[in-house]
Amino acid sequence: MTTLTGLCTLLAVSALLVILFYIAWRGIGSLNIQFLTDRPRPIGEGGGVGNAIVGSLVLLLISAGIGLPLGICVGVYLSEIGRGKLSHAVRFIVDTLTGIPSIVTGVFVYAIMVVPMKHFSALAGGVALALIMIPIVARTTEEMLKLVPHSMREGALALGAPQWRVTLGVVIPAAASGIATGAMLAIARISGETAPLLFTAFGSRFFPESLNQPIASLTVQIYNYAISPYDEWHAQAWAATLVLMTLVLGINIMVRFLTRSRLR
Amino acid sequence: MMPVQTLAPKIEVRPSAPVETTGKAKVSVQDLNFFYAKVQALHNITIEIPERQVMAFIGPSGCGKSTFLRTLNRMNDVIPATRVEGRVLIDEHDIYEPGTDVVELRRRVGMVFQKSNPFPKSIFDNVAYGLRINKVTKSSSELAERVEQALEDAALWNEVKDRLKTSALSLSGGQQQRLCIARALAIRPEVLLMDEPASALDPIATSKIEELIFDLKERYTIVIVTHNMQQAARVSDKTAFFLLGKLIEVNSTEKMFTAPSEKLTEDYITGRFG
Repeated sequence: MTTLTGLCTLLAVSALLVILFYIAWRGIGSLNIQFLTDRPRPIGEGGGVGNAIVGSLVLLLISAGIGLPLGICVGVYLSEIGRGKLSHAVRFIVDTLTGIPSIVTGVFVYAIMVVPMKHFSALAGGVALALIMIPIVARTTEEMLKLVPHSMREGALALGAPQWRVTLGVVIPAAASGIATGAMLAIARISGETAPLLFTAFGSRFFPESLNQPIASLTVQIYNYAISPYDEWHAQAWAATLVLMTLVLGINIMVRFLTRSRLR
Repeated sequence: MMPVQTLAPKIEVRPSAPVETTGKAKVSVQDLNFFYAKVQALHNITIEIPERQVMAFIGPSGCGKSTFLRTLNRMNDVIPATRVEGRVLIDEHDIYEPGTDVVELRRRVGMVFQKSNPFPKSIFDNVAYGLRINKVTKSSSELAERVEQALEDAALWNEVKDRLKTSALSLSGGQQQRLCIARALAIRPEVLLMDEPASALDPIATSKIEELIFDLKERYTIVIVTHNMQQAARVSDKTAFFLLGKLIEVNSTEKMFTAPSEKLTEDYITGRFG
């Protein structure tokens, strides 16, 4: 048993390490200041993914701005307020939403936002990502709030605090770092999404000027470069992958750091 | 019960401090029945709790003493599917009457729980919590005064005065429980309910809490639930014995532990069951 589980662990961990090193090895060659700051140029003129980095960050900001408050509110409802059949139904729906393939979310937002507005936009991309975030944030928030001992709520109630003050003043602060961790994990998760952006944010070769226009993102840029026939763009796709991976890893490490200080 | 008996074979009743009591009932309960869904947990409880004395509730686990304690500040309201019948009068006013302000009630009837439950805030903010939410104090200096007073009343001030801004979770178990007492005292309740406040503490911390209870009864009406009969004998003026959701006997503590009127009480106190 030890040998079997050990081998499986070794296989999984080494696969992960191979991915990391392979991407670093393929990507590092094209990585330079111009690549990180410039926008895409025609073949032979270099160019970079600066606009895609900015675009990805803009998309993350929009989706976090919509998804985090909504998701946290749903989580608070599920843990603190909802009781009986309604909250079971909400929890079931949230769980189902977590399982929806992200491309379906993309097509849905295409239908409700892109078609009526008659163009792709950063806003639509942000909404699509927010829809993916909400159930993740809602469930992690709920779990974190449920970890707050019941005795703490009773302690506040026994001092004459009304329910809403107990939730806002005692329970949520007690779970704050856990909720923040869940939020960061959700952001890390959506920063790697490509499919929902294809029909919503679409992509762009320019730096973003308006939220009402198509916007570039690292993931879509990688996709477009990777399916192109040019070796130079393939190399740039590897470098962009390295940038994306660093971004996601950075967020994950930050989460670890937050979690550790919570346990201390 | 055997090990306790060998450790402390004789239950000593501490002579009551010479405090002025009006002898009038602060809390008067009439025919109280309590249900968790369809299970009846309390049967026809009628009892009077005298003002500015300590009353102890004793009885085996699951006898309803904690449930009864929690009916006195309506803490059971937060448990779904519970139901109360009968009357609980505090200063001759029925707290289960429709339209009763539960927030105001809990301000007047404070509670200390079995497991200390400080909030993950600073020591100061813990004690100030009840004052702040009830908007008791007008200025920050008044707030600081009330916090200091409460910590002094809970015999904790000297241990924490230099670190009021540090987390309450850094305190030891006994200190945390005294902090919870300070937190309850800060809003100056009239009645203090204590649900096995020392059951998770070591003997030294326990004796500190007991000293405290003894001092506090000059100003507060105290009801304490305890599993420890020596503790009941040491701190209380009157004792009530519960069994299977029924109130078997209420008597002065001295009489209860020397010559109880009920056979069941005697059996329990001498360790024949429970």
